[in-house]
Amino acid sequence: MTTRTFLVHGLLAGLLAGVAAFVVAYTVGEPQVDRAIALESAGATADHHHEDDVTTSGAASHSHSHDDAAISRTTQSTLGLATGTLAIGIVLGGLTGLLSAVGLGRLGSLRPAASTALVALLGAVSFSVVPFLKYPATPPAVGSGETIDSRTALWFGFVAVSVLGVLAAVAVARRAAHRWSGVPGIVAGAAAYVVVVAVAALFFPEVDELGGFPASVLWDFRISSLLTLLAMWAVIGAVLTVLVDRTWRRQEAAAAQRAFAATL
Amino acid sequence: MAHAISSSTPSTVAPADLAIPLREIAPWLVLGALFAMSVVVLISSVQGAITIPAGTAIHEWVHDGRHLLGFPCH
Ligand SMILES: [Zn+2]
Repeated sequence: MTTRTFLVHGLLAGLLAGVAAFVVAYTVGEPQVDRAIALESAGATADHHHEDDVTTSGAASHSHSHDDAAISRTTQSTLGLATGTLAIGIVLGGLTGLLSAVGLGRLGSLRPAASTALVALLGAVSFSVVPFLKYPATPPAVGSGETIDSRTALWFGFVAVSVLGVLAAVAVARRAAHRWSGVPGIVAGAAAYVVVVAVAALFFPEVDELGGFPASVLWDFRISSLLTLLAMWAVIGAVLTVLVDRTWRRQEAAAAQRAFAATL
Repeated sequence: MAHAISSSTPSTVAPADLAIPLREIAPWLVLGALFAMSVVVLISSVQGAITIPAGTAIHEWVHDGRHLLGFPCH
């Protein structure tokens, strides 16, 4: 198995994951986005806003300005959404594939399928789930345009800490496993990651710009967002693991055949 | 059967023997990571911390994906 094997499998898994994420986002998420935008248009949240056409102006113009791009809601919720989920899916799938190539044979005594599944799991946890716990997704109409720069920086910063934290935790786990055995290694690695993200979560500032946004809509939106992310990672992990396992089994079978032939 | 393992086949080898040399993966990983970061930044923050000069067209186009994939938007 070569790096190429893993990258190709990862890209394919990512493509399928992008499709899956689109299906979930479109069916489960879009109704919530529409509800949020309807609330916004109705002025339910006066100091936050989302412009969906060029008519908004004046006091509300501190957020999006759409002077040159009036893309319809229909396009945003179909082609636009698909562009986003496919691009992110392929990129995350490819990267997960490459990291699985690094993980191959380096994660204790795990076989290729298991080490690949573990890498995908760690990717999901560190890139999506844990950052979501600290900075959960927000629907349109939540958040001030004045703080978007700092919130974007905070989000990227936290994701970076989380991803680097998991890489460090894997290094700790390998070292501990080498010194003692597998289980203490896993415990040490998990503890290292939890400590890193817990400290980071304490130090990273809180973002609270919800205003009077209805809690029920917010909850539904966040659940749908989480489902979208989980669907993406589940497909990346499952497809990549299956493809890697298939390649490995074929390779094993061919090798066994050669070994058998050599004995004749 | 004690010597069934042929020295040249990967069959029943320890997982560690499957490891691909880091030297070989590193260039792919560097390019892949940089490419992934560019795409994530492009999708997530055309309006925001990093502003691409081409206005807000990309920002608007992938708007719903950004919200539902958990990126900061508004
Ligand atoms: Zn938005």
